[in-house]
Amino acid sequence: MSGDVIVRATDVVKHFPVQSSSLRRGREVVHAVDTVSLEVRRGETVGLVGETGCGKSTLARCLARLLDLTSGRVEFDGHDITKLKPRDLGKVRREMQMIFQDPYGSLNPKRRVGSIIGDPFAVHNVASGQDRRRQVQELMELVGLNPEHYNRFPAEFSGGQRQRIGVARALALKPKVVICDEPVSALDVSIQAQVLNLLADLQQHLNLTYIFIAHDLSVVRHVSDRVMLMYLGKIVEGGPSEEVYQRARHPYSNALLSAIPLPDPRAAQERPRIVLVGDVPSPIDPPRACRFHPRCPKAQGRCVEEEPVLEPRLGDPTTHVAACHFPVAEGEDLTMARPTLSEEERIVEPTMVATPGESGEKELP
Amino acid sequence: MTIPSAIESHTELAIEPGVAAERAIEGRSTWQLAWMRLRKDKAAVVSFVVIVLIVLMAIFAPVVASLTGHGVDQQFRTTGLNGFGQPVGPNGTFLLGTDDLGRDILVRIAYGARISLLVGVVATLIMVAIGTVLGLMAGYLGGIVDSIIARLIDLVLSLPFLLFAISLVSVTHPGLAVVIIVIAVFNWAAVARIVRGQVLSIREKEYIEAARSLGAGPLRIMFVDVLPNVLTQLIVYATLLIPVTIVLEATLSFLGLGIPPPTADWGQMIAESEGVYQQAWWFLVFPGLALLVTTLSFNILGDGVRDALDPRLERR
Amino acid sequence: MARFLLRRIAQGIVVMILVTILVFLIFFGSGSQIDVARRLAGRNASQQTIASITHRLHLNESLPAQYWHFVVQLVWHHNLGYSYYHTQPVSTIIGHAIPITLSLAIGAAVIWLVLGVLSGVTAAVRRGSVMDRVFTGLALFFYSLPTFVLGLLLLFLVYFQLAKRGIRIFPGQGYTGITSNPLKWLESMILPWFTLALVSAATYMRLTRGSLLEVLGEDYIRTARAKGLPERRVIFRHGLRSSLTPVVSQLGIDLGTLVGGAIVTETVFGMPGLGYTAVTSITNQDLPVIIGIVIVASGSVVVANILVDIFYAVLDPRVRLH
Repeated sequence: MSGDVIVRATDVVKHFPVQSSSLRRGREVVHAVDTVSLEVRRGETVGLVGETGCGKSTLARCLARLLDLTSGRVEFDGHDITKLKPRDLGKVRREMQMIFQDPYGSLNPKRRVGSIIGDPFAVHNVASGQDRRRQVQELMELVGLNPEHYNRFPAEFSGGQRQRIGVARALALKPKVVICDEPVSALDVSIQAQVLNLLADLQQHLNLTYIFIAHDLSVVRHVSDRVMLMYLGKIVEGGPSEEVYQRARHPYSNALLSAIPLPDPRAAQERPRIVLVGDVPSPIDPPRACRFHPRCPKAQGRCVEEEPVLEPRLGDPTTHVAACHFPVAEGEDLTMARPTLSEEERIVEPTMVATPGESGEKELP
Repeated sequence: MTIPSAIESHTELAIEPGVAAERAIEGRSTWQLAWMRLRKDKAAVVSFVVIVLIVLMAIFAPVVASLTGHGVDQQFRTTGLNGFGQPVGPNGTFLLGTDDLGRDILVRIAYGARISLLVGVVATLIMVAIGTVLGLMAGYLGGIVDSIIARLIDLVLSLPFLLFAISLVSVTHPGLAVVIIVIAVFNWAAVARIVRGQVLSIREKEYIEAARSLGAGPLRIMFVDVLPNVLTQLIVYATLLIPVTIVLEATLSFLGLGIPPPTADWGQMIAESEGVYQQAWWFLVFPGLALLVTTLSFNILGDGVRDALDPRLERR
Repeated sequence: MARFLLRRIAQGIVVMILVTILVFLIFFGSGSQIDVARRLAGRNASQQTIASITHRLHLNESLPAQYWHFVVQLVWHHNLGYSYYHTQPVSTIIGHAIPITLSLAIGAAVIWLVLGVLSGVTAAVRRGSVMDRVFTGLALFFYSLPTFVLGLLLLFLVYFQLAKRGIRIFPGQGYTGITSNPLKWLESMILPWFTLALVSAATYMRLTRGSLLEVLGEDYIRTARAKGLPERRVIFRHGLRSSLTPVVSQLGIDLGTLVGGAIVTETVFGMPGLGYTAVTSITNQDLPVIIGIVIVASGSVVVANILVDIFYAVLDPRVRLH
């Protein structure tokens, strides 16, 4: 699977200004994504995992340049696209497409399906007239829709079918990279598998590269070659899927993995479950150094002083990295652990109530 | 549809309900659904018919004139005025009576419909066009564009319309074009405010981000993706703006600042009836009735269109 | 709140500046300086008057300079200008007209509020009943009826038809000051009041009905009913209070506009308020008066808008944030 790098992010930072009612607090920002670097290779699927609000969707939008970066650098197919003006982004837009989470919100309710799927052709002035119609109908067939439904409205389709429309639209211009932003989380479980299989088939067929965002770890495991786990705007662990799932090093990864529902109730009962204490701190005033320290069962003084870097831990292969000073060894039991640092030792500035999620604020070019 | 074919399609429906149902659903748009609902609204249908009749009367005003044999500006000093030089009431020759100059009121009402409808429709279209473009820009582009347009909307909304209209007309010369422009220039802001509000919520929708991710520019997004979603509101609002515009035009003409005589105009006829209508009620009542029936029909139709396009807003 | 107030007032001032620029451009920006001077001097003005106007208003200077003098006169000297037609300062003319307009506006507002809100509440509470249909129909009727048609019809039916039969309850046209003869004043006001009020009452009926129906659909009303509160209490204590907010703000804006003159009503009944004065000034080509009235009227709309916003901000603290 290893090929050349098609998307490379270096120290990407994205801050959103907080709309504050008073001037007193000055310029507060939400640290949505904070110095994140990653590489995506041609043909692979990279899973971005984390709780709602951890910055995974923001990161993906930075990669696609739907958002301007606060700092850092994004390269696509060997070109620096960080500073491109909207009108120069055409090529990037053609070759990097998105599939959205909400199959109801992502399709314009007032437009017919044929026109929605044909939108990329219209925007980039490629096919028109009968040619466009033919291509759209081929796409519909490709994603398992009835091409005769060309003139229907999105409201006349089911959730799974709508998501197929979204997939067809994303594939219209034969992109190289497709960013799937929680493409199945709004669907029924039975439909999820269908759409995931469709995505997998299409990847093989069209040699696609996927950046797959999800909060459902079992879904990510199913589709991803590599995974990145995010917490409060930072990547805490990354590596080949099986490697990470088998030997998670970061305590946060362990906690997430222990929460995956198991199909066998007996196994689920026997499995040790790590319950994290407290809430995710506000991304406006994130904790110092390691952002996980206020909730971490293994944290010590060093975690407040020195930010851990992403690097192989405990003799892992170089592809498996974790940002933790005290990585979790195999067989270590964290179930009974409570946060080790006392309230006084944790360094979290008093936070504001509002915690804008990743979709809270969008910028328009 | 002939009877055999109706039966045929009926049996087809019985045998293969799936196919027939599918065909029925195919591409049934909001408009078609709204049209179906509107057709069931008796008041709306009646008012629609009335509007069509008024439009026909306006178009065929010359035919009305030739049928009666009375030109629109023709003064019938012998037959149209009585011995004291006063207007004559409705009779066999002058179905709706005559005015103070002995002109046929029926013919003048027919011609007046032209002005009312023309101003009502054209000024409304201009208002809606200006309001839509500015509202789209303010709502979608945001930032400084929004600040400027929002201030402009505030400004126009706080201008006392009639006073400004009077002022403008007083330094120019009254006429059809001036009336239309004055009405449009001072009344687009309400449209812009509505559109802007709608756009502010629509632009947060995921399909707008989807369009951006495809590489669509702001212009395309505004007109291809956003506009269709404010269109229903716009149509309802435009239908309800037409009667408002008609009344504004009639009011300006009534005040002597609209369409100058001798052009036949409802507001102006009513103004001319002042001082005469005590003896000649028809001179006041018929043009007033024409105005009322027109505005009432548009208002009823507008309410019906609103209910039909947005069934969630239960019938109120 | 203080910040909100300041910002709102600043916005109001900006609007007023724009209004004065607009007025200035309409009257001073069009035509040559002689045209402007002649226009301001009114009909039959002597060469001398025109020359003195040109000098006084700095009409021989550039447009921005003229505007500057115009604003200085307005703001520092509270000088709205001078009517050469009436040989009176504009402020004196406006001062005479304002009480007439105010008595028309306030009296009509009381009537339309009572009629509109009562019928609106009745219609909403008995939704779908015969009452509802009658009120809704009447509202649509009066809403569609142009003010001048209603005024003339009232004059024709209530005044002339009665007068013909020797019953003289209402004077036809004209105005009697409240101080000179209160009873005559009242008589002269009744028809104008109802003309203005009936048309507005229709708007208020629709507004009250719609807003009350919306509120009555809210969850907290259902809760109040579920608690077993008497229906009357549910509607008046819980429902009406919040549904009247849009009515009050509409009232503020309507009154603000009316202070600038109920042009049509005043014209129909020949009441020398601000609106009628503006219309006659056009006929007399007495432009300084129109300029003064336009500025006073715009100012009153701006103030009314600020008051309405404050009213909202007091009721709903969230508004202050925006």
